[in-house]
Amino acid sequence: MTTESASERVTKNKTTVERRSDRELVVTRTFNAPARIVFDAWTKPELLKRWWAPRSLGVSLFRCEADVRVGGGYRYEFGHDPGQPLVFSGTFREVAPPSRLVWTQIFEQMRSAGEAVVTATFTEHDGKTELVLHQAFATKEALDGAIASGMEKGMRETYEQLEDLLGSLR
Amino acid sequence: MIETFAALAEPNRFRIVELLRRGPRAVNDIGERLHLNQPQVSKHLRVLKEVGLVEVQHQAQQRIYELRARPLRELHDWLERYRRIWEERFDQLDELIDDLSTKEKTHDDRKRK
Repeated sequence: MTTESASERVTKNKTTVERRSDRELVVTRTFNAPARIVFDAWTKPELLKRWWAPRSLGVSLFRCEADVRVGGGYRYEFGHDPGQPLVFSGTFREVAPPSRLVWTQIFEQMRSAGEAVVTATFTEHDGKTELVLHQAFATKEALDGAIASGMEKGMRETYEQLEDLLGSLR
Repeated sequence: MIETFAALAEPNRFRIVELLRRGPRAVNDIGERLHLNQPQVSKHLRVLKEVGLVEVQHQAQQRIYELRARPLRELHDWLERYRRIWEERFDQLDELIDDLSTKEKTHDDRKRK
């Protein structure tokens, strides 16, 4: 390991993923900023575009619209080809800036997996913010499906494989 | 995978798997350590065996249960891959947050002057 990556490791906050039941996953991470800033980064389309798509997968968030209020809708179009985007969409159920956000989510390429409900809580302590992202899939099959499609890596064409992996992103 | 999740969702089965991570054990031994009666243990072990999480070996009069690593490894690998995707996003989010915090600070400083 190089000195640089070793020093990065010291400052970087840990990301954890826990399977809480057969249809729930919980992701946690602390950010070195007040909740207000983290909440903005999660809800303002122009900011989401700057971090949401994992660069190593070579994908971009082409379009991002979010009407952040109770009952408001959102739509993220992302992938490799803007002409054939992968889409996440849904509705906001609870909007309580800067501490809590609840939304529904459908991965349009896998509609049969049903609607997941995602709850994000932003808890601020001493200028830092702990994010807990709780994802409840519609059925245990939906979570299993996300996992199973991630497992088949290497068995299909790269792009298709990636699509499935991306489907399990949120 | 579906089966692995379902089998592990039951708390006592999860405890049995945790115990077997430390090594193979006989049915009565499992029951004693986890304070479960033998019919309960046998029932859970049967489910775990059906999904391929454990295998049984007969030694003298005893049935010895052992963990099969593969299904657990697959589950672990998936969760790890999923975790890395989020980690990368959050690292990107850190960059954005640094940028926003710096801008905010500069703005505040200007206002104070």
